[in-house]
Amino acid sequence: MQSGAWPEWQQNIKYGLIAIAALFALDIIFDWNFITWAWYISLLVVFYIIYRIEDFVRLRSLMYAFLPLILLEVLQEATHLGNWKWLNDLENGLENAKAFAIIWLVAMIVIITRQNKALKKVELKTLHEEHLKQIAETKKAELEVLVAERTAELTKQKEELQQIVVELKATQAQLIQSEKMASLGELTAGIAHEIQNPLNFVNNFSEVNAELIGEMEQEIEKGNYEEVKAIAQDIKDNEAKINHHGKRADAIVKGMLQHSRLGSGMKEPTDINALADEYLRLAYHGLRAKDKSFNANMKTDFDVHIGNVNVVPQDIGRVILNLITNAFYAVNEKKSHHPENYDPTIFVSTKKLNDWLEIKVADNGPGIPKKVMDKIFQPFFTTKPTGEGTGLGLSMSYDIVTKGHGGQLLVKTKEGEFAEFIIKLPV
Amino acid sequence: MHAMKILVVDDERDIQTLFEQRFRREIRENLVNFVFAFSGEEALNYLNGHEHEAVLILSDINMPGMSGLELLAHIKQKYMKPPPVVMMITAYGDAENFNTAKQLGADDFLTKPVDFSLLKEKLKIII
Ligand SMILES: Nc1ncnc2c1ncn2[C@@H]1O[C@H](COP(=O)(O)OP(=O)(O)O)[C@@H](O)[C@H]1O
Ligand SMILES: [Mg+2]
Repeated sequence: MQSGAWPEWQQNIKYGLIAIAALFALDIIFDWNFITWAWYISLLVVFYIIYRIEDFVRLRSLMYAFLPLILLEVLQEATHLGNWKWLNDLENGLENAKAFAIIWLVAMIVIITRQNKALKKVELKTLHEEHLKQIAETKKAELEVLVAERTAELTKQKEELQQIVVELKATQAQLIQSEKMASLGELTAGIAHEIQNPLNFVNNFSEVNAELIGEMEQEIEKGNYEEVKAIAQDIKDNEAKINHHGKRADAIVKGMLQHSRLGSGMKEPTDINALADEYLRLAYHGLRAKDKSFNANMKTDFDVHIGNVNVVPQDIGRVILNLITNAFYAVNEKKSHHPENYDPTIFVSTKKLNDWLEIKVADNGPGIPKKVMDKIFQPFFTTKPTGEGTGLGLSMSYDIVTKGHGGQLLVKTKEGEFAEFIIKLPV
Repeated sequence: MHAMKILVVDDERDIQTLFEQRFRREIRENLVNFVFAFSGEEALNYLNGHEHEAVLILSDINMPGMSGLELLAHIKQKYMKPPPVVMMITAYGDAENFNTAKQLGADDFLTKPVDFSLLKEKLKIII
């Protein structure tokens, strides 16, 4: 520490030491008076430096310890410059003062040593503190590295989770699509049946018309115009029927195509009663195609005053289909457990209230147990065996009704007696 | 000669117009007399009220409510002795319903779409 003090003064101190050595040598070799003076002057210069330069603040007390003695020495030396009586007296006085100066010096040195000791203690303490501070700083640095590592890890995990969310969303979209396709599969059998009937009528009635035209020609030949008129009227009626059944088949095919289309549907004025009726028949025939023994009464009560309502037809159709399929499944379940005196019935109705349109799908099946009531709208919740239920029907329906149409999907049930789903749409 | 009474059961209402036109001449000549029922229940009601009247019953199978098969079972097991001839109309290629109907005692079958000349042939034999 001592050697390391005042680094910028090292050079000057070295010169100082050389100068001291030189002065010593000169003092020993020659006994010149002016060398003594040189000593004094250089000492005073050193004192002056110590006094003026901040770097040497710690040496000042030492300087004060020596200062009186040196000053007395200098003054004593100065008394030798003359040979007057008062100078001799002064020299004697100074000699006495020197004793005090020495006491001063000793006392000062004792004080300084004590101070130094205290100072050393403080220094040691600050040193220790600095050491602790350094340790703390290394610890802090280490911790910072750790934190950085953990943060990086977490960021990576977060990114992975985000990726998983993206994948899950894709899977969900796929599942929704496959639920659509599954219900489409349920529909196909119903559709085949529903299309077959109108097509049969189209074929049959056009054959009848061909026959009637032949008959009409005969009657014309006979001049039997009353009969001709009657036949002409029949032909006209049949033509209307051909047209009606052709359109019926057309609507069914369009409905099927719409059903399979991804949710790109636009809202359009829709005859809700016709839509409900169509999907009721499709669901019924679809289930019948799957399970020949299946049967149920279907009761409808359509409010003829509801008019056309602005909805996405294939979406609302899908909701109705889901609810009806669930209802048919429910009554079928109950029937398989209580075959006697049970009359499975599905009830579909529409009703216009003030600002609302209600579509109800009810069944007298087993109802919904209390403990599953708050789960039925959750995606993937199903009480059906694997392969028979996806658990997506009601959650999709809920989204379509609430998010898609600003409506409500409500449920009322009594265990063992009935379940009733109500679609409420704003009009 | 007394007209043969035929009960046609189908949930499609236009079936009535179709039959009436297809059998125009036969109806006019009073060879046949058609009665229509649009559900299994309606058919049973009719049969209950008009015992022994219908000689032939022509029934569709797929109907909401009571199906054609249930109707067939009722007629063959619980009704009238001797039971009337029951002809079932099945969808094309529906072997399962065909076999069930046969087991339940269906007398004859027609497939959809109904071939009316074939039906007329069959009726001639019965008459
Ligand atoms: N009409 C109903 N009667 C009784 N329970 C029903 C009815 N509708 C739905 N549920 C219950 O709600 C569950 C979820 O229905 P849903 O979301 O359509 O899926 P899934 O039909 O594939 O099971 C069903 O598994 C069933 O337990
Ligand atoms: Mg479902």
